[in-house]
Amino acid sequence: MTTRLGVRRILMGAAAPVLAIVVAVVVTSIILIVAGDPVGAVWAQLFKVPLPRQIVAIINAATVYYLSAIAVAIGFRMNLFNIGVDGQYRVASFAAALFAGQGWLPGWLNVIVALLVAMASGALWAGIAGLLRVTRGVSEVISTIMLNAIATFLVAFLLSKTSVKVVGSNATNTKPIPEGSRVTGISLDGIIATPSKVYGLIVLAVVVGFLYWFVLNKTRFGFDLRATGRSETAAVASGVNVKRMVFTSMLLSGAAAGLVGMPLLFGQDYVYGDTVQSGLGFAGIAIALLGRNNPIGIAFAALLFAFLDAQGNGLQITAGVSDRLVLVIQGVIVLSVVIAYEVVRRAGIRLEQRTVAAQLAEQAHSPLEGARS
Amino acid sequence: MSATNLDIGVVRETAATEKRRPRWFWFAVVAGAIIVISTVRVLTGANDIDSSGALTAGIALAMPIGLAGLGGLWSERAGVVNIGLEGMMILGTWGGAFIGYHYGPWAGIFGAILLGMVGGAIHALATVVFGVDHIVSGVAINLLGAGAASYLAVRTFTGLPGGGPTQSPPLEQLPFLSVPGIADPLGTLEQKQWWLVSDVAALLRAVLTNVNVLTIIGIGLLVLTWWILWRTAFGLRLRACGESPMAAETLGVNVYRYKFVAVLISGGLAGLAGGFLVLVASNLYRDGQTGGRGYIGLAAMIFGNWRPGGLAGGAALFGYTDAVQLRGGGDVVRAYLLPIALALIAWGVWQFRRRRQGKRITGLPMVIAGLLSLAWFLLSSRVPDEFTGMTPYVATLLVLAFASQRLRMPAADGLVYRKGQAG
Repeated sequence: MTTRLGVRRILMGAAAPVLAIVVAVVVTSIILIVAGDPVGAVWAQLFKVPLPRQIVAIINAATVYYLSAIAVAIGFRMNLFNIGVDGQYRVASFAAALFAGQGWLPGWLNVIVALLVAMASGALWAGIAGLLRVTRGVSEVISTIMLNAIATFLVAFLLSKTSVKVVGSNATNTKPIPEGSRVTGISLDGIIATPSKVYGLIVLAVVVGFLYWFVLNKTRFGFDLRATGRSETAAVASGVNVKRMVFTSMLLSGAAAGLVGMPLLFGQDYVYGDTVQSGLGFAGIAIALLGRNNPIGIAFAALLFAFLDAQGNGLQITAGVSDRLVLVIQGVIVLSVVIAYEVVRRAGIRLEQRTVAAQLAEQAHSPLEGARS
Repeated sequence: MSATNLDIGVVRETAATEKRRPRWFWFAVVAGAIIVISTVRVLTGANDIDSSGALTAGIALAMPIGLAGLGGLWSERAGVVNIGLEGMMILGTWGGAFIGYHYGPWAGIFGAILLGMVGGAIHALATVVFGVDHIVSGVAINLLGAGAASYLAVRTFTGLPGGGPTQSPPLEQLPFLSVPGIADPLGTLEQKQWWLVSDVAALLRAVLTNVNVLTIIGIGLLVLTWWILWRTAFGLRLRACGESPMAAETLGVNVYRYKFVAVLISGGLAGLAGGFLVLVASNLYRDGQTGGRGYIGLAAMIFGNWRPGGLAGGAALFGYTDAVQLRGGGDVVRAYLLPIALALIAWGVWQFRRRRQGKRITGLPMVIAGLLSLAWFLLSSRVPDEFTGMTPYVATLLVLAFASQRLRMPAADGLVYRKGQAG
């Protein structure tokens, strides 16, 4: 009986994302038909096999998405909505770029300390929201939204104070990271033929993903965290200091958010400037939801989002449709996946109730008792 | 209240009536604010602090925030957290521009409301019908709204005269109204820069001349919302759904229907907020036009303690600081450091005196912060633009941090309700 339930649970777990993608395809097709765009050409472009160069770009974009989604997921497991990943990685990227650009430390040491600086500043920025929540009962949803806006202004101000002039351009940047502290990319030459390289700091994403899994599932702290997220009252009863847990998980989430910009900083841009990519935090929320806060699931979700982004770039040329369509598809996928999870979860509960009720009825030799609630 | 309180001469009231402030209370607050501001203006010479131009711009910037907040109010009063206001507002900007371009600005209002309601309907479907977590659904709607609007903009505005993939053609504007024959005399009075008189003249000029029709409609909607939610049976039932849906259900209220209607109205108002941006504030659609104003509307509503009056005050604060920043008013923000510093010091000293009655020492940090602000005021000539822009967000955080005990959201706000759980 337990194995049957187990198999059923796995099937149901997979059912929701698949269902969501099907719904997204159907809804998007309807939108395309209503708008009078070529449906066939759009799907042909989106689902064609990407070029080797594009595969590398997809992996790189997914790396960044993955870190952002893990940061969000840490909060989710604790029932915290860290909407502020955007602001946290902005502050952290700036701080790390500023530090690494000075070149006080040689080579790899500079990279490692800069990563620590990023984690500390991300945690600090998230910590403000954590502190407000714990001491003053301010909802972290609102405080992190406010902190996002404040971070934008604050970083713009600090950047204008610390930036160096670039010859022949009016972009404002921090000082570039010295050559010795740049992280070289990993070549995939043996697997696919392309000169472009995967970010060296993809290793960071793998490590963070592993730590996320290990800490949450294999340590007492992780157990307490999940327990608190599931039921605060039960956690209090078993001796968990809920306030401390909330604050700690906010710090951890912020520290992970601090790493979001690092692959870009050390592998591609080497400076923090006003051209930095924004909105990664919100994509991270969607990806964490899609991946059900599971480290492997999030990896697939991040790859899916990055895949759609990359394939969407060609839409204008091959199908004459705006690449913004991809945003619609991503939005529909997220919305339908959360609805699907909810429907499947409730169906699962109902099935389980029925199974248990039937068992109880058998045991009691009285078919009426307990069969209906 | 301790036994040895200092409130001599104040009639001690019971908890229930304590919240009822006298009728003149808010008039006194407004009058006091005008006196303080005009004093600061005369002392610091920052004349843009309450010029009619700054106030007019402030009103125009406050309206979208206020309308979005009003949308949030409807939904949250029925117990559905609506963080998707931003997405609905973005949908509204496209709807207002598309319909407004083809059928005129009056139809554009309805286009904006309609598209916002589409967003509201999706949120209601997810949260009310399927019972999805409200914030999860809201975040998804923000993604979807932004994507859909920019996709539709490319599809519908490319190739139109003056339009492009990220921008609509210029739109016909809604009319501006004025009380006739008072603009010039008030303007002359304002020019004199007399203490108090010029300030009142500037305020009247901003409120009575060149007011957009949609601004008047928006203020009407605010009053209408208050009347419906607090003075009708429908409103009582709707608020009951936000306070205790189980109790409402046992009394025969169809909670699903009320919540659904509330979220639809919420979407419509958020859409109208977007419509205001395209039809009044900038007379065209642009990608990223809302700039997070949906979130700010939500913050204004929380700032206003889930009440229409407070919400209007929050929106006005945000709109005013926005206007000051856009007009490059670093000197205006600097001027405000003076009253803030004095207020902090005074409050701090008062807190410090109360320490003798066993209160915590909260006065010292206040005095220090006050002295720092005073030093900042004396040592600088203007506050950097970035800090001016930051002001409303920091103010909201501070209000949340220091007044969160006074805020009271609807008791069942954000909780997923399923029918038939009332035991």
